[in-house]
Amino acid sequence: MLRIPCIVSIGAGFAAVFAYAAAAQEATTPPVDPPAGAAAQPLSVKPLPGPAADATATTVKPRAPAFADAGPEWVTPGKNPAHTRYSALNQINADNVGNMRAVSTFSTGLSAGHEAAPVVVGSTLYFVTPYPNVVYALDLNQPGFPMKWKFEPTVVAAAQGMACCDIVNRGVVFDNGRIFFNTLDGQTYALNAETGEEIWRRQLADIKQGETMTMAPFVAKDKVIVGNSGGEMGVRGWAQALDVATGETAWKAYSTGPDEEVLIGAEYEPFYDQEKGKDLGVTTWPADMWKTGGGTVWGWISHDPELNLIYYGTSNPGPWNSTVRPGANKYTAGIFARDVDTGQARWFYQMSPHDVSDYDGVNENILVDIEWNGEERKVLAHPDRNGHFYVIDRETGEVLSAKPFHAVNSSHGVDLETGALIYNTDKRPETGKKVTDICPAPPGAKDWQPSAFSHDTGLFYIPHNNLCMDLVETEVGYIAGTPYVGADVWMKPGPGGHRGEFSAWDMAAGAEVWTINERFPVWSGTLATAGNLVFYGTMEGWFRAVNATTGEELWRFRTGSGIIGQPTTWQGPDGKQYVSVLSGVGGWAGAIVSGNIDARDGTAALGFVNAMKDLPDYTTAGGALYVFGLP
Amino acid sequence: MSLACRSWLVAAAVMPLVAGTADARELRVCADPDNMPFSHESGEGFENKVMALVGREMGAEVKFVWAPQWRGFVRKTLRARTCDVIPGIPTGIDRARTTRPYYMSSYAFVTRRDGVPIRSFSDLKKDMAIGVQLIGDDGVNSPPVEELAARGYTSELKGYMAWGRVPDNGAPLEQIMMAVADGTVDVAVVWGPPAGYFATREAVPLDVHPVDGNEKTVVPMTFAIGMGVRRDDEDLAKELDAALVKLAPEIRTLLDSYGLPQPVRKSRAELAP
Repeated sequence: MLRIPCIVSIGAGFAAVFAYAAAAQEATTPPVDPPAGAAAQPLSVKPLPGPAADATATTVKPRAPAFADAGPEWVTPGKNPAHTRYSALNQINADNVGNMRAVSTFSTGLSAGHEAAPVVVGSTLYFVTPYPNVVYALDLNQPGFPMKWKFEPTVVAAAQGMACCDIVNRGVVFDNGRIFFNTLDGQTYALNAETGEEIWRRQLADIKQGETMTMAPFVAKDKVIVGNSGGEMGVRGWAQALDVATGETAWKAYSTGPDEEVLIGAEYEPFYDQEKGKDLGVTTWPADMWKTGGGTVWGWISHDPELNLIYYGTSNPGPWNSTVRPGANKYTAGIFARDVDTGQARWFYQMSPHDVSDYDGVNENILVDIEWNGEERKVLAHPDRNGHFYVIDRETGEVLSAKPFHAVNSSHGVDLETGALIYNTDKRPETGKKVTDICPAPPGAKDWQPSAFSHDTGLFYIPHNNLCMDLVETEVGYIAGTPYVGADVWMKPGPGGHRGEFSAWDMAAGAEVWTINERFPVWSGTLATAGNLVFYGTMEGWFRAVNATTGEELWRFRTGSGIIGQPTTWQGPDGKQYVSVLSGVGGWAGAIVSGNIDARDGTAALGFVNAMKDLPDYTTAGGALYVFGLP
Repeated sequence: MSLACRSWLVAAAVMPLVAGTADARELRVCADPDNMPFSHESGEGFENKVMALVGREMGAEVKFVWAPQWRGFVRKTLRARTCDVIPGIPTGIDRARTTRPYYMSSYAFVTRRDGVPIRSFSDLKKDMAIGVQLIGDDGVNSPPVEELAARGYTSELKGYMAWGRVPDNGAPLEQIMMAVADGTVDVAVVWGPPAGYFATREAVPLDVHPVDGNEKTVVPMTFAIGMGVRRDDEDLAKELDAALVKLAPEIRTLLDSYGLPQPVRKSRAELAP
């Protein structure tokens, strides 16, 4: 996740689509929040006319697989192994959500970005903070949900300097009486969920090598699966499976290097020719560069227990400047399917071969089933940073569809015959050249922020960005006594002038059904419920409930800070449904607030600050848990 | 306005720098505690010594505020106001107000004395292992990486960290020099100050040949280095400028003692006060 010293060109004629004068105006409009009670609407709700709307009427709805549990607890950030983030609870619904109110808040006392999901098991709510990664357990049996216990791990402070994009943590996971979480300095902990006592811990990543850990662990069968972060730092990416009881490593799979270390063997049957061949993790790189080639595993892991496969994406390749690493740079910026028990790869598909734009492949893979052209298919849905919504057969790795869900001009789409992303090759990266209006910008059409799938509407709800970028003239820089001249990235609003969108997506039609424009990137997770509701948060601090069918806003609440956390819903021990979310702006997008960065340095936070200059006018830092319920 | 009065005003303007007692003026220096030959918490870096000279000249007590010179260094030090001057930064950098340069240097070819001498990019051969720094770290490449990539060298490159990693032995910027000495690479292209300093400190003697200023490259190889202050710290910048002019001969001697290679075919006049 880095800025781009190499240069990508824009497509012929694409510039005409943009209205940057309007975009600039929008970005500098003084902040005026609508008064409470007035039409405090998102910038606009756009029911999309034409093919999208028609298509929904005629296409087949995807269905949640049987293992996509929608029960009253919320044990893992993605809700279930299929990562649908859908709950069958419906006490809170489109009819009564207007009455919902805050019932409890809990401050973390921290100012970094809060990306984690509150997890609820029985009568306890668990969550983990950004660095220093304190885990809190709150007692849902007591009025006001007071603290039951807290656990403060020992985390090396120097890890903060290694994290590329704020010192975030994406959550804890519960399994069989244990709470698992990772620390920024590269440890995985198992705690006793009842008492908060440490059961085991492992030091897995080495901050001296630039490695950190920010992802939420995932439990599949008797294994907890974790991966590293730090693709910017010359790190070699890996995922490993630990024994839930002991923490012992069952398998470790690198994302680059020889087949033996990538765990590619007899079971590996990728769909496309370009993924076939011996030691591609070595041969698609200049000599030895795979050793620092990135491909870290910092996003989400899904699990199909029937196929006994897990799915996860790998990060962008390193080093950043693509000119020194000719080749496809396997196995970065793609998706692995692996056997849970052995870690052996079943297939791999590379969304962005030889990535030049920081398009990590780590976004969520939501597992659904669908009748596709008359044939029953088990698929995974993957909204990628490169701007395409991939529908991939999860048994074989075949791409069934890849439609853009955002303005894209860095590529011309995906050739479904070959699976190849067709890059816009009009102009290749050149040092010292100014290029404007490249879309999407490095955080991608969508970054880590996870989508939800409604088991009822059959739609995907995608929180995403609307950002493009300019690579401006080179200027002098300096790191550790080493001067250089680099292109600076300036991110800016995409077409329309808004920086974020929240979209309902029809997978079969490959089109939006409705979309809500937001002032800032929608950097929060998403929750869908049987109450025909979807929830998400904005970086200004609004927590919104919208009608899952129409996109109409039904309820909103202004939290104390911008929201980049993952909302969850659950049934309390009192039998009532609650909705919870962490507020606390930050992350890569919100670093201008959480890191108190000088807005005059538009290239800070790897170029993101330019697009977020006005965020401090809307919100301030500070983490807190909010729990909402009906009166 | 009398000179005395003016001096007093300057002192008043830099009052935020003054901590503690009324007569002990403090000059807070933002520096990396482990970044030889530039700075070190032991005081042995040339920036430590240059700042001691500057402090003496300005009548200020020099206090080093240590922070690793990694991502966000300027933001976390100068802009966070934990310190007031960065002793070495390229002039013209956007992130700080820089003083006049007090030295210039170039990237340089480093080879073993018993090896094939390299004096220009065109002397390099495709069968050589070439050491470079900052290859993609923090999204940037050092100028030699850009040049070598433009000339089609990729597999030949071996990257060494300039930041972010704490080596088991040697200094962080020394890793690439050690690789030349032990034969891991045939040649390295290293920024002048560390190249000159470590060349005489490795197991075998190393030769340092600055990139010829007349050699055409895609990005500049020569940089002028001054001191950095906050953009609105105009008075401090002027005071530092005056001190640097006055101290130029002493600083020159000091830098020579650290083996700082001079740019080739660049006039020394550019450095003259």
